[in-house]
Amino acid sequence: MTTVTAPENWIKRATRSIHIPPVFLFLIVIFLVSGILDQVLSDGQIFSNPAIMMNIVVRSVALGIVAVGQTLVLIGASIDLSVAYTISITAVMSSYIMLGKTANVPMAIVSVFGIGAAIGLANGVIVTKLKVNPFIATLGTSLIIKGIINATFTNYTGSVPESFQFFGYGTIGPIPVSIIIMLFIYLAGWFLLARTKLGAHLYGVGGNSEVARLSGVRTDRVLIGAHILCSMTAVLSGLFLVSQMQSGAPWVGPNGFYDLNSIATTVIGGTALSGGKGGVWGTLAGVLIFGILDTTFNQLGVNPYLKTVLRGAIIVLAVASYTIRSKKEAA
Amino acid sequence: MENETQEIAQQSPEMTEQPMVEVQHISKRFPGVIALDDVSMQFFPGETHAVVGENGAGKSTLMKILSGAYTPDSGTIYLSSEKVSFSHPREAQEKGVSIIYQEFNLLPERTVAHNIFLGREPSNMGALEIRKMNKQAVEVLKELGVEEMISPTALVSSLSVAEQQLVEIAKAISFKAKVLIMDEPTAALTYTEVNMLNNLVSRLKQKGMSVIFISHRLREVFDISEKITVLKDGKFIKTVSKQDVTPEEVVFLMVGRTLDHYFPPLGTAEDFGEVVLRIKDASNQILSGISFELRKGEVLGVAGLQGSGRTELAQSLFGVVPFRTGTMELHGKAIAVKSPAKAIKNKMGFVTEDRKSEGIAPRQPIRDNMLLTVRAARALFGLISKDGVGKSRKLVPMLGQQVDIRTDSFDRETQFLSGGNQQKVVLAKWLASDADVFIFDEPTRGIDVESKASIHDMIRALTKKGTAVLMISSELPEIIGMSDRVLVMSDRRIAGELPAKSSEQEIMLMATGHVNADGTEKSASVGEE
Amino acid sequence: MTTTTVNSPESVSKALGKIWSWIKKIPPVYPVFFIIFIVLGILNPSKYQSANGIMTFLRTASPLAVLAIGEMFVLASGGFDLSVGAIVTFVVLVSSKLLANDPANAFSTIVIMFGFGLLIGLVNGFVVSFLKVPSFITTLGMMLLVRGGALYYVGGAPQGYLTDNWRAFGRNYIQNVPLFGRIPYALIILIVLSIITYIMLNRTNYGKQIVAVGDNVLASKLSGVRVKLVRVVTFMVCSTLAVAGGIMIGGYGGVNVTIGEGLEMQAIAACVVAGVLLGGGKGSVPNVIFGAFTLQAIVNLLNLMGLPKPYTDAVQGLIIIGAVAYVGLTSQKKQ
Repeated sequence: MTTVTAPENWIKRATRSIHIPPVFLFLIVIFLVSGILDQVLSDGQIFSNPAIMMNIVVRSVALGIVAVGQTLVLIGASIDLSVAYTISITAVMSSYIMLGKTANVPMAIVSVFGIGAAIGLANGVIVTKLKVNPFIATLGTSLIIKGIINATFTNYTGSVPESFQFFGYGTIGPIPVSIIIMLFIYLAGWFLLARTKLGAHLYGVGGNSEVARLSGVRTDRVLIGAHILCSMTAVLSGLFLVSQMQSGAPWVGPNGFYDLNSIATTVIGGTALSGGKGGVWGTLAGVLIFGILDTTFNQLGVNPYLKTVLRGAIIVLAVASYTIRSKKEAA
Repeated sequence: MENETQEIAQQSPEMTEQPMVEVQHISKRFPGVIALDDVSMQFFPGETHAVVGENGAGKSTLMKILSGAYTPDSGTIYLSSEKVSFSHPREAQEKGVSIIYQEFNLLPERTVAHNIFLGREPSNMGALEIRKMNKQAVEVLKELGVEEMISPTALVSSLSVAEQQLVEIAKAISFKAKVLIMDEPTAALTYTEVNMLNNLVSRLKQKGMSVIFISHRLREVFDISEKITVLKDGKFIKTVSKQDVTPEEVVFLMVGRTLDHYFPPLGTAEDFGEVVLRIKDASNQILSGISFELRKGEVLGVAGLQGSGRTELAQSLFGVVPFRTGTMELHGKAIAVKSPAKAIKNKMGFVTEDRKSEGIAPRQPIRDNMLLTVRAARALFGLISKDGVGKSRKLVPMLGQQVDIRTDSFDRETQFLSGGNQQKVVLAKWLASDADVFIFDEPTRGIDVESKASIHDMIRALTKKGTAVLMISSELPEIIGMSDRVLVMSDRRIAGELPAKSSEQEIMLMATGHVNADGTEKSASVGEE
Repeated sequence: MTTTTVNSPESVSKALGKIWSWIKKIPPVYPVFFIIFIVLGILNPSKYQSANGIMTFLRTASPLAVLAIGEMFVLASGGFDLSVGAIVTFVVLVSSKLLANDPANAFSTIVIMFGFGLLIGLVNGFVVSFLKVPSFITTLGMMLLVRGGALYYVGGAPQGYLTDNWRAFGRNYIQNVPLFGRIPYALIILIVLSIITYIMLNRTNYGKQIVAVGDNVLASKLSGVRVKLVRVVTFMVCSTLAVAGGIMIGGYGGVNVTIGEGLEMQAIAACVVAGVLLGGGKGSVPNVIFGAFTLQAIVNLLNLMGLPKPYTDAVQGLIIIGAVAYVGLTSQKKQ
């Protein structure tokens, strides 16, 4: 054995035994620092106003949902760069089909999930059957979707009926529907990974595809399944966004950087880019970190471009906080 | 060929019994090579059957066909007289054919139970039944008698190499296997662990299992198996009963000639020179109290159980995990080796244990692999010529000749060489670096007999030229056959030193902590049993 | 073949076999490029069959080739660099302000830009090597940082224009060259840089160590390769070339806040079309140049065929997938 087993401190042992990724500590730190900065430099709403907390979560819903899908594919040692344009195509197609009429909603939802499934299937098949590196495969499909929507739609298209805006703005009791749906997706993601065969097999495929294959796992199917589910989460994010915007525009996905942001939050959450390791709760923490930062920057009135700079630095620092102790060389 | 098989079958006492597995006229070709050429043989229940042959003889291919990883181009497989064909390993496993591969096949980030049941987790409509899975895992571990040692919920990455090996075996037998194929299961194991494996195998045999065993270590082949089948160049040569042959005869069948000696003669007094490397009281987070001397012209063997710190000693000396305390003197000068680059600057060379992950850059030409150490030591932006090394154009062919690599071109990608030749490339890399202290970690693991002998010859040739060699090995015959002195490690320190030609028993006693360095017996037995 | 009346059919077939095996070794990117270019020439002879037209094409294609070479260095070492496009944006935007509409500032601006390029590469390399953050995440963060920094500096909109002498590198030609008519500066820059990088990759200790690191980090490290140093230098090479590419792109494109968007992906695409493996271990300067040319030729072809701009993206996507699938499936067959 070449690994060095240094004496572990109790914190590490405790967090491992109850499976809390270190990112939660990071989340708490970010929250406290943000709150204190807000207290000192602004009106202190982060600590004092519960509505702001709710707002942080609601702001995170679109990214939060698609990040679950991204977590699945990353655990499978794949990646999905096409989620941003999948979100776009969902947004424009659904509002194009709905045309403001409630009667068209089911049709629209079925269609966009159909499109999403097709995109995921294409991604999965290109990765597994054509053996194309997933980075390139999904970059390619992303370009294809981009081309198709930009050629077809140039601006806001159609509209969603008021009934459908319930997804974006409705509440059940005091809690926004969107948060409930997001949490449901996280629970489903957790259940899938930790409590189903598909999840166990996905860890196998990501950890060592050959081992999984030799153990009788149908590796291709598992990975294709993960890609389909990932595209489906992108569709759900797209539906949420269009219900908020009330009309779909082709730039909604790329403008939100949902591709790279979903990857960044997932990796911040402790899922390895190389696969086989990770889970959805870490991702949720990563997403909330992004949400808190966004809100704090707004509270403090940070210049929007400076926001980008800070966000870039924080992504790197967050990931560095647990890669730095690694003995292996990164690439 | 066919005749021979039948002849054997007639002679064998199991004649009345049905073979568990029978392959007939199996052929498999890959582009450019015929891996298996019309091979027919039988395996009987309650029997351990070793398949031996040099690298490229087709053993692994045959096993992959038996276990469903490959499909044969032609020929048939019978399992308990039933004709079968596997298109996927899963099908073979379901029919009771399990295989343990040469490389570890576990997921380090998953639990023992998840690993054992990967691909067939107990589930209800797709939902895992984790409790049931863990319980079943305990049952399987119980069958091996290791349920105390290994918890089903432990992460595999937290287990030792030997424990991981046990998990692999547990995984294999959990299929209710009737046939268990072991492809070099002992490569990573030490002597005592191998003994444990032997006991395990005989237990499985008693249950009527048919065990197929592939190994390069002939001694284990003779220890474990009743029958031995020799393959050569993809062809079936002969099946023999163990008691009817000697290891020398088996080697003859494998290589087509007798090997005069396994090992070159040991060094003599005039070979040995002054002390080149002197380590005193060196420690780091793994090793403690390391002191020894290495002289010019000698092979200093390092023996010890798995986990005793053998490999770590090499890594510490070479600056991978540097020593933190103590002194290290090279040619009488104190040095601090904080990185491999530093070690190389001090003319040290390190032929690593694991060729694939530590030795070669597989997609680079042989030439570039051979020259990597030289280039790494030179100025980053120093110019090189097309064939690699400025003035000394002949370096690469010369190295090739020195290590006896047979290839048509040094521009071939290294990954396409056989294991033995890859190891020679690694060796050449260090010859090129002009090292005068060599560390070999398992220099001949997983290498065919012929390459093994030539690597042993090269090691000895190095010492004849005045190089000092530290050779780590888990194969005691290799330690005894090669070493002018033997350091024995135990519990991450040096347990003691033994002279040349010490017996295996002496080494093992010291390695297991039964004997002190001065030869007196310890009162209480400590060790890793 | 069998019916021919050659005296020694064996030697002929042997010679043909030799030629065939030689042809098989040609990377597919070359025939693909030339086929597309020939099609271009047939569709628009006045443009793509004249020296003048070809030079115009090379002026547009050269900057991407420069970016792709830099990206290739990082890919060959086993990493990614996603900050390339942001560096281009940075160069163009920040230069527009630094120049202050005064041509006299061009030289100092360019020097400052290269200084930033080296710094960005240094930070990327440091974070990857010492903080062990995967390069994908490191350079993603750097992309945000560089782009955000540039936009912050200029206040979100271009400040002033790029002076003509600054733009000359990407826009102008050397006139009255015999045989060629005129040669774009961009092409000359590309040629010079490709010679330098070719030598770096194939004729220095450094180049051989890049691919060794990309192929097997551990083995390289144990052979004495200073992996961290090699990686840091590699990221610096990449971002320096990105600055050069940025100057060329700004030269013919002018100031625009989205000028660098997506260029990192195009550079990666050019590399994979040229057969560079993601994950490291292989790289070739000439192949990558032609990979970039191929992508540009495809864009021109689609324009020429009258396809709307968005479809160019879609077709590029298809071609990237196809190219990688082709390389993957053929090399799989070989094994």
